[in-house]
Amino acid sequence: MPLDMQSPSSSREPILTARGLTKRYGKVVALDRCDFDLYPGEILAVIGDNGAGKSTLIKAISGAVIPDEGEIRLEGRPVHFRNPTEAREAGIETVYQTLAMSPALSIADNMFMGRELRKPGLMGRLFRQLDRPRMEAFAREKLSELGLMTIQNINQAVETLSGGQRQGVAVARAAAFGSKVIILDEPTAALGVKESRRVLELILDVKARGIPIILISHNMPHVFEVADRIHVHRLGRRLCVIDPKAHTMSDAVAYMTGAKVPEEMKAA
Amino acid sequence: MAEFHEKPTLLRRMQHALHVTPSLVPLIVLLAAIALFALLVGGRFFSAGSQSLVLQQVQIVGIVAAAQTLVILTAGIDLSVGAIMVLSSVVMGQFTFRYGLPPELAVLCGLLVGLGCGLINGLLVAYMKLPPFIVTLGTWQVFLATNFLFSRNETIRAQDIEAQAPILQFFGQSFRLGGATFTYGVVFMLILVLGLAYALRHTAWGRHVYAVGDDPDAAQLSGVNTKRVLISVYTLSGLICAFAGWALIGRIGSVSPTSGQEANIQSITAVVIGGISLFGGRGSILGALFGALIVGVVSLGLRMMGTDPQWTYFFIGVLIIVAVLVDQWIRKVAS
Repeated sequence: MPLDMQSPSSSREPILTARGLTKRYGKVVALDRCDFDLYPGEILAVIGDNGAGKSTLIKAISGAVIPDEGEIRLEGRPVHFRNPTEAREAGIETVYQTLAMSPALSIADNMFMGRELRKPGLMGRLFRQLDRPRMEAFAREKLSELGLMTIQNINQAVETLSGGQRQGVAVARAAAFGSKVIILDEPTAALGVKESRRVLELILDVKARGIPIILISHNMPHVFEVADRIHVHRLGRRLCVIDPKAHTMSDAVAYMTGAKVPEEMKAA
Repeated sequence: MAEFHEKPTLLRRMQHALHVTPSLVPLIVLLAAIALFALLVGGRFFSAGSQSLVLQQVQIVGIVAAAQTLVILTAGIDLSVGAIMVLSSVVMGQFTFRYGLPPELAVLCGLLVGLGCGLINGLLVAYMKLPPFIVTLGTWQVFLATNFLFSRNETIRAQDIEAQAPILQFFGQSFRLGGATFTYGVVFMLILVLGLAYALRHTAWGRHVYAVGDDPDAAQLSGVNTKRVLISVYTLSGLICAFAGWALIGRIGSVSPTSGQEANIQSITAVVIGGISLFGGRGSILGALFGALIVGVVSLGLRMMGTDPQWTYFFIGVLIIVAVLVDQWIRKVAS
């Protein structure tokens, strides 16, 4: 097996697995019989060079891409997501690099976009009135839980927030609804040093709440700081999974660029 | 986290207030226009009679502008609103007078035709992914040509309608309230705008309309069915235009295939002056109503002053450009 760390010591049963995922775009093979495992309560970083197919892998897991072959299992049961909404309904929330927020709408509106709460009784059923107080209270509660209440007004438009605050709201949205898995795509790429730090703390806060996280990032210091395991993606498949405590950043970069072959693979 | 500690200047606070309540600008302009003309023309301009005349004159534009608002909020544009309106009114008239349908049924058919036209626009925009400008530029010609072909360029006279199918003129009926005359068309326009303002602000559908106009990809990823939102918006726009066609019969009395040609430009004008961003996702439908009223007040005021009607167009043109400049400025609040 080309794997250093098949599973972390904490648990033996993965919450999310993929076996033999293949996705072709014409002649280009974006995913080539790719395997993937995520264990409960862990932060799994996914690293890989540009074009290695890591974003296709993530899209397959989050329902944005339908793989040609292969199987995805969530808590042991096979799942076939046809769109991101189905993945969300199954408990997999994704924070996209673009954040997928409507800048002109409020924080509360954005948090509930696509799953709004309606008023009970006639106003909700007949007039389909939104339950603003309940949505705002929930949004405020979720932001406070993650220590994001430097944001004063929950009805503030998202475009009036700083980059880090927006990222915070997007993570809070995912944490509020992502009951099983949260996927974070390059959460610190657009942020300054101070705001990145805050977002990393936020990621650890979410982990502390017991939700496993898949973290896609190019930033090696950030990956090595928060990840429990690192999935190295190369040429459309999982090359190896390494322990950040047992490997250096230059090892990781060497694996993902092909400059170095993991020990176990040399034998094979 | 980086906090915004700069002491807000008056200008900044104003920019922020406008960002939150974009219909403030047209409301202020409307009140200013009324005050200005009251000063220039004198007390008779301020009379309830004159003001209710403005309402009656803007009712058609107001109704069509409500439809246009929905489409523009999704970052689209509907150039076929005028054509749908006229086609619907012609269907109502001809189904009654040529085919002898009961007028109530003919009205229903007219409304369904408007709804169908809107549905065609919506399907082309949502599923064929064509730019709304191109789709509605095409359907504008198609609907308008259908209107002329089907009507055979015949006008149905007001006396005939009054005698045989008064329901077609329903929205032209009026009642008096404190010296002012209101038509049912005006009441319908006000109820329509208030109803849509509620739906846009307080229902999930309304929030989705804004989200689709703001950033369709983000809306889609957030779980909004953007295709369904777009189709609902264009279909509703078509239905509202059909109601405008019905109100048009009430306004002019007759059914004429050549009427209402200005509705396109006037509705877009009202929406833009009303502070609704042509880039989508921003603005309030009340603004569109204020925009339509501004046009009405300016044209009535200038006419009462006895100026050349070209001045109306001149000032409306200036207002459009100013409105877009203000929109650009408000949107800068984000950065």
